[in-house]
Formats: sequence, structure tokens, C-alpha cells
Amino acid sequence: MSTGSAILSRGSRRRDRSPAGGVGSAAYRQRPGLGWLAPAAVLFAVFALLPIVVVAYLSLTEWNGLGAPHWAGLANWRTLLHDSEIPHGIRITVLLTVVSWLVQTPLALLLGVWSAGPQRHRAVLSAVFFLPLLLSLAAIALSWQALLDPNFGVPAALASALHVPAPNLLGDPHRALYVVVAVLAWQWVPFHTLIYQGAARQIPTQLYEAAALDGATRARQFVSVTLPQLRHTIVASSVLMIIGSLTYFETILLLTGGGPGDATEVLPLHMYRTGFVGFDMGYASALALLLVVVGAGLSVLIVRASGFARMDSDREGL
Amino acid sequence: MTMRMTRRSVLGLAGAAAAGLTVAGCGTSGPAGRGGGAIQLWVLQSDTENPVLKKRIDAFDKHSSVKVAMTTYVNDPYKQKLQVAMGSPNAPDIFFNWGGGNLAQFVDAGQVQPLDAALADHPAVAKAFLPSVLAGATLGGKRYGLPMSGMQPEVLFYNKTVFDAAGAKPPASYSDLLKLVDTFKRKGITPIALAGAQGWTELIYLMYFTDRIGGPDVVDALVAKKPGAWRHPAIRAAAEHCVELVERGAFGTNYPSVSSDNQAASKLLATGKCAMHVMGSWEYQTQVASSPKFVSGHQLGWVPFPSVPGGKGDAKNVVGVPTNYFSVVKGGKHVEQATRFLLDTLAGDPYVDAMIGIGEIPPVNGIKPKLAASKAADFATFCYDLVSAAPHFQLAWDQALSPSVGTAVNTNVQKLFVKQLDPAGFVKAMDAAA
Repeated sequence: MSTGSAILSRGSRRRDRSPAGGVGSAAYRQRPGLGWLAPAAVLFAVFALLPIVVVAYLSLTEWNGLGAPHWAGLANWRTLLHDSEIPHGIRITVLLTVVSWLVQTPLALLLGVWSAGPQRHRAVLSAVFFLPLLLSLAAIALSWQALLDPNFGVPAALASALHVPAPNLLGDPHRALYVVVAVLAWQWVPFHTLIYQGAARQIPTQLYEAAALDGATRARQFVSVTLPQLRHTIVASSVLMIIGSLTYFETILLLTGGGPGDATEVLPLHMYRTGFVGFDMGYASALALLLVVVGAGLSVLIVRASGFARMDSDREGL
Repeated sequence: MTMRMTRRSVLGLAGAAAAGLTVAGCGTSGPAGRGGGAIQLWVLQSDTENPVLKKRIDAFDKHSSVKVAMTTYVNDPYKQKLQVAMGSPNAPDIFFNWGGGNLAQFVDAGQVQPLDAALADHPAVAKAFLPSVLAGATLGGKRYGLPMSGMQPEVLFYNKTVFDAAGAKPPASYSDLLKLVDTFKRKGITPIALAGAQGWTELIYLMYFTDRIGGPDVVDALVAKKPGAWRHPAIRAAAEHCVELVERGAFGTNYPSVSSDNQAASKLLATGKCAMHVMGSWEYQTQVASSPKFVSGHQLGWVPFPSVPGGKGDAKNVVGVPTNYFSVVKGGKHVEQATRFLLDTLAGDPYVDAMIGIGEIPPVNGIKPKLAASKAADFATFCYDLVSAAPHFQLAWDQALSPSVGTAVNTNVQKLFVKQLDPAGFVKAMDAAA
């Protein structure tokens, strides 16, 4: 509790300061010139900002990709307010994000911390765990689709060998989303494991030695040393996961196509189908802009709420 | 850091963006680089049709100063690629299309060359094709496309071995179909194979029921975008028939994840796990390719889609894809030669005979004797008679309607089949989407 309030008070003090106040003039002069920023800034402007501006313009037009866009004012945004797919898409997207985070974070954290250690067979097993990282998204989705085929896939073969009815995995509207979560976890846990592995290896060993001297068990060391030391990593990995789940798309498109019905139709897929199957580019642009705003907002919110932006050191006193 | 992003630096970025735009602009405004000297022909990938077309292209190239360059695409990427390329310098000269709403959007954008003048000079070509099929690419009284592939009516296929074992006869009416569903369920066989991972397979049922119950006028109103057209009672009744089949267990339970892309439903029919399969006539060739013994052993049977007693529609009407078309892009470099290639090729004996040879049924008058002598004679003559006798050949709705409504109907029919929407909800959703 006391640490929490200390952070809060430090945070509020910082906000009172003027933004430039903390920068010493000598240090400021030594910063690299703006010219160094140019390549990154140009790339960012041309490939990130400019498309967003164009999309914002398109969201105010009616355009099927042929000829010139027709100005439509706010018509697309009004449609957005009354589109019954939006609340549903938001619900599915949030559910997918939350469940994915709940599944992937503990798995990746434990695997990452484990694989950072010196155990026997660790290197071999880690290499196996990281295999999905080497596969393309499309290959993963199509392989899982074939594996889970309701009539010719593995569950069906197992079920017929055991003489039980085949499980209806992707064909059940209430189950398909969780199958998608499982496939996404299989695909993404290795990536986050890698992040946690690197971070766990950075934790100074003297912390563990001190904890061991104080009589802390392995479990207590994990809770009191490893987890606090991985705080920033958890934030970084969670931001990647949460922002990533807003754009999970290829896997769902290839695995379920948003179905059964619209049971797995997340917002990005709704946008894609509107734009590139229905060729309603104006409305698809409005959806895209909504996703940009929500994604950027979420990421700012997480970074703010977690204290990540303050760049506090975890190593004070070491 | 973020605070230090001043107004001036934002303006700087905007300037950089403008510079980027200018550079990008230069890239696309140059002359059409790729194959400017040849007639660009875009067509869907097909292992059987492409070689036939290639042979005719080679024959044309021999005596033409301008050669034809064929590029093939798979279905969904093709639609996107075409949408983007039309109106740009990278547009093809001849493009494959489905007629209907798909072609209409390009015609509306003024990008398709009318063929009436050319056809008037070659009256034999227009006369060669079945008028009902030629009409599929006629918009506002002008002809914009010529048939380039076979007729693809959707029919009910069945497994004769499974039917014989159950002592059953193929269904003639909807009530027959319901009885068969019960019969096969009792025997532990899924009555009807349905690749429900894609909406268009389920749409076949809705389209046929709508036509059987309400007749073609109902769909004409949808295509004409008449207000409230989706609220026609026939559409709701058709949706109710679909739901009745689903609830009766006609499709089993896992159909929403059965994909049509890997021919799973065709395999289910051939292996006797399912008794029936309502599909386009291309199912025949799929079965020949994937289960040749099933076809050569005469175990594959077919009948027209069942009638619905009391319905207003003629039970002889057919739903499906009348044919695919080739159209010429307006304002291209080779409009004249491209048109001549189509006129010379598509109605000519070498092309028509080769198409029959690969099991297609070209929409051409008087080819029945040729079909009767072909490899797939019994199925080909069945289809030819079916279409010739049909008062109306309805183009599949997802092609006949505009792309955005076509997408909506495919999604909503999927929802109907997994009961996320009831028939009233389906009508409401389509009414809102149209």
C-alpha cells in the first residue's frame, strides 16, 4: 500500500512540473539534432500518418473502389451508430482480448521464467516451444483448420477410434471463439515467452541470494522478486497482446472466416469484409478509423495506468 | 517527449507527407508499363478451362498482330484485384465476370465496352447463344458480355448406394425431402452434406425456396432495389423452410465448420457419410476428380431441386450460375482486337467442342447431340434439358446483387443456419442492409 501511494504522489508531483522544467540546458544542447529524426519521421509520415489522413477522408465518402469517391458527409458515421454488428463486434473483440490475455500471460510468464534458468534440457525444450514463431500466420491457421476439420481432422479420428461422438469444435457458435483463443495462444505464447525469458535473465542474482538468505521459498522468490522485477516486461507484453488482439485477423479469417454465423467476427474482420468483399470502402474506412482511435487510446491508457511511461528504474539501490 | 512535438514539427511532417504524395503520384501517372503491347486477358484459375482457352489464344495469335496475354487468378483475390485495377492504367482489356450486379458496377462506372455494334456485324455469334443466358450480361438493353464457360445449374446430388440401402427414392417435393431426412437420421447417416463455413452454400436453399414459393419476381425486386423488397412474405417463408431443415437435423451438427474449399462435403457424399448434397453442376467434375470410382460406378445420382407444393414459382425454374462472361474494358488500347478475339473464339466450334470435352455445358443452341456423345453424356444432357426447359434461370443472389448486399446476404444466411437470427430477424437484417 505504502509503495502504491508513494508512486501516486510522485506521479502527481511530476504532473505539476512544466514539461521543459526537468531538462537541463546543457543536456539539451547535447541532444542529437532534429535532422537525425528525418528518416524515421518521413517513413512514419508516409506510411502511417498519411494513410490515416486518407482513411479519414474516405470515411466521409461513398466509394466502391471504382472511379472517384463521392462525398457523403457523415453518412458512414451515422451508419456506424446503428450497425448492429458493432456492439457484437466490440463484445467479441473484448472477449477475445481478455481471454487471450488471461491465457497467454501466465503461460508465457511461467515458460519464460523457466526457460531463463539453467535447467537440464532447457535449451532443447525451449527450441521446441519457440517453433511456432518460425511459422507463417497463414500456415498456422490453415494447418489448424485441417487438424480441426469436423469430419476428417484429428478430433474426429480420435472420437471414431474411441467410439464417441466427434466434438463439434469450430462448428459450435459458443465454442468457436475459444478454439480461436487456443490457436492464437499456441501461435503467440512463444513470442511473449521470449520477451519474458530475456527480461528474467536480466534480474540480478543477488536479489535471489538475499531472498534465499531471508528464508524465502522458490514460490515466495517468484512472487516477491521475479514478478516485481518483470513489472515493465508484463506491461510491454500486455500492451503488445492487447493492441495485437485488436488486429488479430488473418488467423480468424482463415480459421473460421468470422463464423459460425458471426460468432468470431471481430471488428477488424468486419472492416475487411465491408471493404474488400462488400467493396464499401467509405464505411470500411470509418470502421478502420474507429479501430485506430480505440487502439491508440487503449495503448496510451495502459501505459499511463501502469506507470510504464515514467520510466522508473526497478534497480534503485542496486 | 510527446510534449515537445511542437506545431512547427507537425507542419514539417505534413510537408513531408505532401512530398511523399507527390513522389507516389509520379509513380502511377506514367505510361502503363506491364504488357502495353498485348491484349491483357484476366480469367479465373481453372485446371480444365485455362488450357482450352490457351489453345484458342495461340490460334488467334498466329494470325493477329496483337497477341493475347492471359493472367489467371483465384476467386476472392481476383475480385479485389479487378476492383482496384479497373479505371487505372493497369486495367485488363478482357475480363472474366459473373454478369449481374458484379458486372453492373463496372458498367455504371462507365468502364465496360458495349458489344452491340460488333454483334450486329456478326449476327451468327449472338444467335449461337441461348437468349436466357446472354441476357445475364445485358444491362439497360445493351450487351456487355459474351458467355465463356458452361452453364452451372444447382441441383440435388445423391448417393445411390446409400439410397438403395435405405430403400429410398430421391425427393421430388419438399415433403419427400423432410421424410428422407427422418429416414437417414434413423440410420445414423447425415441426410444432407452442407459446407456451411461459407454462406453461399446455404444461400442455395434460401434461393430455391424463395423461387419455388414466390417465383422470380421476388428476386427481380431485390435486384431492382425496390424498397421493402426483402420483406416479401416468400423470403420469410423460404427462411422458415431453411430453419425447419436445420432443426430437423437435415445437416447434422458440425456443418458450420465444413469448408467448401477442401471439397469436404463432396467427400462426405462419396463416402456415404451423407446421403445428399445440393450443389452447382461443377460438383460432378469435383467428384470425377476426387472420387472417380464413385462416378464411374454409377453411384452418383442427381435430380432437380424439390418442388414446394402450393408455391407460386414454377418447379422447373433453375438457380445457379447461368454462365461466366468475358467483357471488354472501355477505353483500352486494344478494344477492337479484344472484341474480335471474343467474337472469333467463344461461339466457334473448336472452343465449344473443347469445352464439352472437359465436361462443360456451353450455353449454345443445338449442342445436345454433341453432349450425348461426350464423356459425361448422362449428366450433361440432364443439365442441358433442365436449363433448356427452365422458364427462368436465376443467377445466384450473391452475384446478382451489389457486392455489399451480396456480402450481407451471405453473412446473414449463415446466421440463419446457426440460429443467431430467426426468419423474422433475417428479413429485418437484410431490409436494413439493402
